[in-house]
Amino acid sequence: MLKDQDRIFTNLYGVHDWRLAGAKSRGVWDNTKALIEMGQDGIVDAVKESGLRGRGGAGFPTGLKWSFMPKESDGRPSYLVVNADESEPGTCKDREIMRFDPHRLLEGCLVAGYAMRAIAAYIYIRGEFVQEAINLEIAIKEAYEDGLIGKNAAGSGYDFDIYLHRGAGAYICGEETALIESLEGNKGQPRLKPPFPANVGVWGCPSTVNNVESIAVAPEILRRGEGWFSGLGRPNNTGTKLFCISGHVNKPCNVEEEMGIPLKELIEKHAGGVRGGWDNLLAIIPGGSSVPLLPKDICDTVLMDFDSLRDVQSGLGTAAVIVMDKSTDVIRAIERLSHFYKHESCGQCTPCREGTGWMWRVMQRLVSGEAEIEEIDMLINISKRIEGHTICALGDAAAWPVQGLVRHFRPVIEERINSRKADRAA
Amino acid sequence: MPTLTVDGVEVTVDPGTTVLQACEEAGAEIPRFCYHERLSIAGNCRMCLVEMEKAPKLIASCAMPAGDGMVIHTNSEIVKQGREGAMEFLLINHPLDCPICDQGGECDLQDQSMAYGSGDSRYDELKRAVAEKNMGPLIKTTMTRCIHCTRCVRFATEVAGVDDLGAINRGENMEIATYLEQALDSELSGNIIDLCPVGALTSKPYAFTARPWELSKTESIDALDAVGANIRVDSRGDEVMRVLPRLHEDVNEEWLSDRSRFSYDGLKAQRLDTPYVRKDGKLQPVGWTEAFEAIKDKLNGLEGDRIGAIAGDMVCAESMMALKDLMEQLGSPNLDCRQDGAALSAETRSAYLFNTTIAGIEEADALLIVGSNPKTEASLINARIRKRWKMGSFPIALIGEEADLGYAHEYLGAGPNTLQDVANGSHSFAEVLKKAERPMIIVGQGALTRADGAAVLSVARTIAENSGMISEGWNGFNILHMAASRVAGLDLGLVPGEGGKGTREILSGNLEVVFLLGADEVDTSSLSNSFVIYQGSHGDAGAQAADVILPGSAYTEKDAIWVNTEGRPQLGRRAIFPPGDAREDWTILRALSETLGKTLPYDTIHQLRERMIAVAPHLADIDVVTPAAWGGFGESGTVTADPFSNPISDYYLTNSISRASKIMAECSSSFSKVKFEETGTNG
Repeated sequence: MLKDQDRIFTNLYGVHDWRLAGAKSRGVWDNTKALIEMGQDGIVDAVKESGLRGRGGAGFPTGLKWSFMPKESDGRPSYLVVNADESEPGTCKDREIMRFDPHRLLEGCLVAGYAMRAIAAYIYIRGEFVQEAINLEIAIKEAYEDGLIGKNAAGSGYDFDIYLHRGAGAYICGEETALIESLEGNKGQPRLKPPFPANVGVWGCPSTVNNVESIAVAPEILRRGEGWFSGLGRPNNTGTKLFCISGHVNKPCNVEEEMGIPLKELIEKHAGGVRGGWDNLLAIIPGGSSVPLLPKDICDTVLMDFDSLRDVQSGLGTAAVIVMDKSTDVIRAIERLSHFYKHESCGQCTPCREGTGWMWRVMQRLVSGEAEIEEIDMLINISKRIEGHTICALGDAAAWPVQGLVRHFRPVIEERINSRKADRAA
Repeated sequence: MPTLTVDGVEVTVDPGTTVLQACEEAGAEIPRFCYHERLSIAGNCRMCLVEMEKAPKLIASCAMPAGDGMVIHTNSEIVKQGREGAMEFLLINHPLDCPICDQGGECDLQDQSMAYGSGDSRYDELKRAVAEKNMGPLIKTTMTRCIHCTRCVRFATEVAGVDDLGAINRGENMEIATYLEQALDSELSGNIIDLCPVGALTSKPYAFTARPWELSKTESIDALDAVGANIRVDSRGDEVMRVLPRLHEDVNEEWLSDRSRFSYDGLKAQRLDTPYVRKDGKLQPVGWTEAFEAIKDKLNGLEGDRIGAIAGDMVCAESMMALKDLMEQLGSPNLDCRQDGAALSAETRSAYLFNTTIAGIEEADALLIVGSNPKTEASLINARIRKRWKMGSFPIALIGEEADLGYAHEYLGAGPNTLQDVANGSHSFAEVLKKAERPMIIVGQGALTRADGAAVLSVARTIAENSGMISEGWNGFNILHMAASRVAGLDLGLVPGEGGKGTREILSGNLEVVFLLGADEVDTSSLSNSFVIYQGSHGDAGAQAADVILPGSAYTEKDAIWVNTEGRPQLGRRAIFPPGDAREDWTILRALSETLGKTLPYDTIHQLRERMIAVAPHLADIDVVTPAAWGGFGESGTVTADPFSNPISDYYLTNSISRASKIMAECSSSFSKVKFEETGTNG
């Protein structure tokens, strides 16, 4: 279990003052100038060494991502874009950072922005996050007034601006290139890659899009040393992580924990255990709606980090743990997710536009049992024809929950179809 | 120069080439719906997926730049599966109503589903239905068939320069629509019909009239403006069913303007299909002999200079040559092919050509437009200007009537005074032109059909010479014509001979006999005392004023040479026969000459063309723009302060064919800014 002194988000529950004075008392903005004096390469190397992997879901090494930014400008400025469009069902970690610890994010923007030679950061915040946007605006204003950002930010001699942009609540705008499109004022549809944002990003300039949490932890990593961060967790899965535990647990919560904590321990220690006891557990979606669910026997032992979950054909995703006890109609639960992806598909490319709706309709029939056994395989085939054939990862995200369901709960689906047939025959 | 391997074949391609293009170069066929050479890359249909070694998943070949050492497979099992998957997804919500779809027989979805689809359907759910969209009188929509390739959206925003089209809603509810349910207001809107790979956007006028396999296809040249767009005339029996563009990189690329595409129903209406002679104040149908005799009687003993002739806007080079020779035989110097009275002389060829050439616009780096609205006068040239403008660093300025041209331009002023400011260097844009390496000027007919046209031309020439528009390998001086016949007319010398009279004097009513060869856009009000012979295809203004009507043929009904505004001779071919007793125009003149006892010395079109080539040798080089040497032209004189006005008030009704077309009339009432007073009998 994570020791209290190793926590980064010390105001995760909002019990302390979130404004500048309170943030400073918790160590935020503490000698940020010294961090910047590490130099651009120094910061990037330290973040690389720390083993920090992107906290938005894909787990791409953050330091490596920063190092893709051009070291010499060809005349175009560089930008940092912070993805605060937190919309993955089950996930509510960035929201807490933004409303209770906004200065940690802003400090991260400055440090990360400096490291990638960006002249400004754009924070693209989900439209529904009203209070969070208000708090961030206030925090940005405070930081400007205190000279922490703007001209000669934090006394470092570096000029850096931060802008807040409110989205309109489309899930797809959390995809980095769709986010860039939306930020530019266009319809939020993912772009084709290559070119990648580090080459052609927002307004055609080199950009890096990072998750709120990835940016917010960066200053603390530099302050405490990359060795501290990499000493937590397991190799290649280092540091601390915010977990969002929801569903059939006694005390749903957000909690900062060490990477690689056993799933069972996470739930029992922090969320008060599964409703009706661990044996009442049916399945868990370990990383937000888009990753395949895990049945109880895997949940018994699995560790919560990128590689462990990948090994059981799921993923850490955003570390949003959705717990389902035995009262759950798991087919209905996944059907609801299929509806979500059908609803949020941007409609740009064929497999996702057409396939998500098809999958949802088949799923609907699986819920009622009005289907044929062969349709289960057809459903998997459809999902495979979506997965990997789309412009962005939304197609994959729509396919995985369905694949996970069939992988682990096929007998349940078959039984429902058969009993429905029996009912009708009677 | 990246070298990559496609299905075991090694190809080396230019940098910037996409994998799809590289595959084609290597001889591998890649199916596609959304990809189009002339539009930006969307990569959304996912039909062009190919396997690239070392890539974790299939790549969209249309969007992936070809890289050195790539190993591509286009026929592996996984690629086949990918295509079959994309095809299946495209078809699940497609209505499969091919038997009642106009695209049937020329549908990409049909063809590719045959080649790459699985052949049966697993989709048991209900299909999506999409409400029809009103896109005006030209485009018929069946949006349920749409596969969301967004070609139409990209064409509208990128090529046509109108933002009317877009994709609304999300996911499977995505629809292509004009936001406010309005017609697509562009002179190039018809091209989205060609671009649509399925039957979602089809031609409204052509709807349910023919199937592509029953049409005879004739490759010809458009004659409704001076661009000389390459067209394919699709006909069935004696009827033109539709007109489509044909690829010509240097002229129209693969686009066609709406007037040229949709005026074809005008070929069937208001036609002159028999000769007429005015008897007792009324035009009466007669036979050819009687019509010729009437002319012979009138001309008998008449002095040559009592006769005048004007050639109109859609007259082919052959008939103009015959007319010129006939007038010469009759001893008349009163001949003009400039029915609008433009101050263009036939002496220096470069003085009346679009010397830069249409493709050459893409090389230019500054542009001054004078007295012209290229959007209506030559929509395809305007599209080329826009294409160049989109590439960047292309300052454009306009002198004349301010208009929305589809690209940003600096508006300098309304009239010749501003032009003079540019000419004498006092205007800031003069500096822009001087600094440019390949500047160009486009002078429209609006600047030349004025009384001071020759002086305006001379000022334009000064600008060209002062700003380095004329140099080795570059001629930036351009006259933008609107009439398909004009350049050929000037090439063949259809201008007043020594002491001869021009258009204005011919029409003044002082001549005994006036021969109007397809001239409809002229003021015939003073001709009541003259004997007017009209030869043409349509019963338009010219025919109304006539005493003898000789029925000729429209551009789709004859083999003819057309010289476009660049000076490019192109061969038009006959698609159908002229109606009734109407004949090919040059043969009418030839027959008339025999009746008059002044037989023209050619019996076949080949002999006539030999004669034409003798007069204008460059006409022998079909589809070649012969560069014209720079020379003196224009007259120094004083220009007035009157602003330039554009000659086209209604894009859809500029010639006799379009005026006879119902479709064009509908377009005019839908789109044209000109509103006619309601008479009480309409609607």
